Amino acid sequence: MRNSFILNRADFNALFTALHTRGYTIIGPAINNGAIVYEELQSVDDLPAGWTDQQDAGTYTLKKRQDNALFGYNVGPQSFKQFLFPPKQRVWTARRTTDGAVIEPEPAETTKLALLGARACDIAAIATQDVVFLKGAYTERIYQTKRSELCVIAVNCGQAGGACFCASTGSGPEVIQGYDLCLTELLDAPQHQFYITTGTDLGEQLLADLPMHPAAARHAKLAAEIVAHTADSMQRSINPAAAANLSNLAEHPQWEDIALRCLTCSNCTMVCPTCFCVSFEDHTDLAGAQTERIRLWDSCFTTSHSHTAGGSVRVSGKSRYRQWLTHKFASWQDQFGVSGCVGCGRCITWCPAKIDVTAEIAAITGSAAENAAQSEAK
Amino acid sequence: MTLGLDSMTPVMFEVTRIWREIPQTYSLEIMPQQNAGAFSFYPGQFNMLYVFGSGEIPISISGNPVNRNTIIHTIRSVGYTSRAMTLLRPGEPIGVRGPFGTFWPANEAEGKDVLIVAGGIGLAPLRPLIYQMITERDRFHSVTLLIGARAPDELLYSGEFDIWRKSGLAIDITVDKANEQWHGSVGVVTKLVGRAGIDPANTVAYVCGPEIMIRFTAAECMKYGVAADQIFISLERSMECGVGLCGHCQLGPYFICKDGPVFRYAQAQNLLKIREL
Repeated sequence: MRNSFILNRADFNALFTALHTRGYTIIGPAINNGAIVYEELQSVDDLPAGWTDQQDAGTYTLKKRQDNALFGYNVGPQSFKQFLFPPKQRVWTARRTTDGAVIEPEPAETTKLALLGARACDIAAIATQDVVFLKGAYTERIYQTKRSELCVIAVNCGQAGGACFCASTGSGPEVIQGYDLCLTELLDAPQHQFYITTGTDLGEQLLADLPMHPAAARHAKLAAEIVAHTADSMQRSINPAAAANLSNLAEHPQWEDIALRCLTCSNCTMVCPTCFCVSFEDHTDLAGAQTERIRLWDSCFTTSHSHTAGGSVRVSGKSRYRQWLTHKFASWQDQFGVSGCVGCGRCITWCPAKIDVTAEIAAITGSAAENAAQSEAK
Repeated sequence: MTLGLDSMTPVMFEVTRIWREIPQTYSLEIMPQQNAGAFSFYPGQFNMLYVFGSGEIPISISGNPVNRNTIIHTIRSVGYTSRAMTLLRPGEPIGVRGPFGTFWPANEAEGKDVLIVAGGIGLAPLRPLIYQMITERDRFHSVTLLIGARAPDELLYSGEFDIWRKSGLAIDITVDKANEQWHGSVGVVTKLVGRAGIDPANTVAYVCGPEIMIRFTAAECMKYGVAADQIFISLERSMECGVGLCGHCQLGPYFICKDGPVFRYAQAQNLLKIREL
């Protein structure tokens, strides 16, 4: 954090103007088909003012709030992953020539995206994908380009969602890094305002365009209290150290128990903000003269995911669930030095079988008692 | 390296020769199209090969790592893309990404006995190592090649065996199912380990074949006293990108494409015991 200011709710659209003036496409929360999703926004009027989301395992419902909070919900089914790492992406095109073939890589777009309303978990997820795509021996060129001109307008969560467990994964609810501006919504201070801190030069420049007011010490205190209350009221948690031991528990009987409930539908991997598995499809014209390679999100819950000439490696539902959970919480750390989970809870909310990863991890690692002891100690 | 703008985009090569090795199995010689840099690789590495309009698959490089004028892959026609690859003709284009992955570390065997064990098409990724060992024969004590095949007519590269023997390799062969002309051993390749005449405490083994054959061969080697970290194996999993970004080839903490395909057996030993990992 560099500086802090107050922006009145009545002036909020000035942020849209400031971003649009700088050529940003604004991606943020909007109500669509009964859920709060991330899509392109034109003005403050597109935000889900006065709405919240009630979440539990296998449950997601929009409800009216008593107030007109702009960010009074938690996280919807989508993360920002779809904008930096699209579900369907052409990688290259090729055409036959008289003496062979020519392949041309897909030109990478340099769209300036402003992510408005990014929560701590979403920002942590981008940082995690940065490690996967940009820090290894081979980098993901298209992600790198889309990532390069990102503006992040973060929001501290004013309440814990029904599936959230970011406090236990160390990725929220307070936004610590990875933002240009960070907002905390103050609903009655006494009027509807936003406490805004700057994280970068770009954030400072944006604020210069806004009708800002100086922040008082009580604003900072109030903002800190709000996010602390969010952390304290979070109902679910994991023990990350215990979860990291999942690799050594591949034969635990609980995997069989989960397999009786898991539909292997892949919803959890589709809503996960860090899952990066993809498959490739070649689309060729009938004449065999033109072709293109398309990259598609894939899931370790499909049998084709592990297909080799000798058949699929992971045939049973048990082995596929085990791969997902173990990779996310344990082997991801071996591979990338960080956990693959940011505690957003989407996999819990959007599981049609109401499977709760926090409960399953506790059952497998035997850390249920430890978790209970931890929350009592609080 | 032949990597183009990024690791995902193939570089176009041209097929120069294609010939049948054994039933359903062909070797493909390719050359870079103009303006491509020199191609070099280490024994045991693989390329992602792309047939225009028919898809892309990982294929280990089976040619000579020292003579780099030709790049050879040996392909078994078992699926849509591999079949399309075996139907290519000289002059046709083929896309290449690679080389990728870890390699057979010949240096580990300096001054020691070498045991190379191949099952079926598993001889293909081992052949570059054989060529390297023949070229650098003096660096090693004994070099023994054990080969297992389903039948005598499925012995890959059998036309080269005499040359290899004359170059200082001991070769022992077994088949699962003999025919009337076969007077050699019958049975699994693991049976040959015990009579290989190696000094187990001073041996480095390089093993490639079906996963079950790898596990039993490694166990047999260890039974005679070869250490688990002196046995190198090459594993296979589904691979779509070759660079650790598609997620398909995971085996526990490893991406087979970039942490492998060649592993020390000590690294993978426990992972291979877990069913459906």
